[in-house]
Amino acid sequence: MTRILERIPYARFLGVTAEEGPDGLVCVLPFHDVIVGNAALPAVHGGALGAFLELAAIVQLVAESEGARLPKPINFAIDYLRSAGPRATRARATVVKLGRRIANVHVVAWQDDAARPVTTGNGKFLL
Amino acid sequence: MAPFFGRADQAIVRHTPHACALGLRLVAIAPREATLALPYRPELVGDPIRGVVFGGVITSLLDQASGLAVACSLETPRAIATVDLRVDYLRAAEPGCELFGRAHCYKVTRTVAFIRASAWDRTPDDPFASALATFMLGANTTESPYARLLRERAGGAEPA
Repeated sequence: MTRILERIPYARFLGVTAEEGPDGLVCVLPFHDVIVGNAALPAVHGGALGAFLELAAIVQLVAESEGARLPKPINFAIDYLRSAGPRATRARATVVKLGRRIANVHVVAWQDDAARPVTTGNGKFLL
Repeated sequence: MAPFFGRADQAIVRHTPHACALGLRLVAIAPREATLALPYRPELVGDPIRGVVFGGVITSLLDQASGLAVACSLETPRAIATVDLRVDYLRAAEPGCELFGRAHCYKVTRTVAFIRASAWDRTPDDPFASALATFMLGANTTESPYARLLRERAGGAEPA
């Protein structure tokens, strides 16, 4: 799954990696200067978090659909629940429905405690 | 009147590290409205075959423009935070093109601001993405970066 992230230049720009854990794939966004939104807190930029969730959704979709093409986003909705601090953020995506043409994917991102999500997202993708 | 009206000042963007990393540039601000430009760069690409910028980069462009539009709607600078953001990708952005994002803060209550935004490549009449966002006002107790910038401009006096 790291291969798909290596194919996406913006995933390399963010430094996103994927880990295969006992409960499936987890994507990791390391904390670094490039993704800071509010330097005073400091906190990760909402846009960078949104992009990370979208990447996690794509990685999961590619893993499950085995399609040769990258899925294209139709839309993506993000809920910001807590500010994301200066440490790594992890995300797990669930394909809610894999249709013939459209897939619906839900993503949850957290930092220290998976039970306390910082951001959730839901996206629809054209396969 | 919001303090930033009429000042197309890059310092407003430069205080956000992620905006700098993306190369965002302030194009225009007006009451309740902000327009930013995102220069095309190969490292922002999401589709390596077509060279299209990654969708999530548009999220950053529109989130940043939305936050600025909220700042341009407040009488006094306050800390703001994105509550939610939904982006519709209407079509692929033109590869190699500088992209633009404009946000309009159409309603502000005591605690929440509501924003509509869109992004285009060639002309605003033909957007490739549109978005809806909600921001919380007075989101944290730290000084808003906008307020800090204004205070520094005013000669470094401590906030009242």
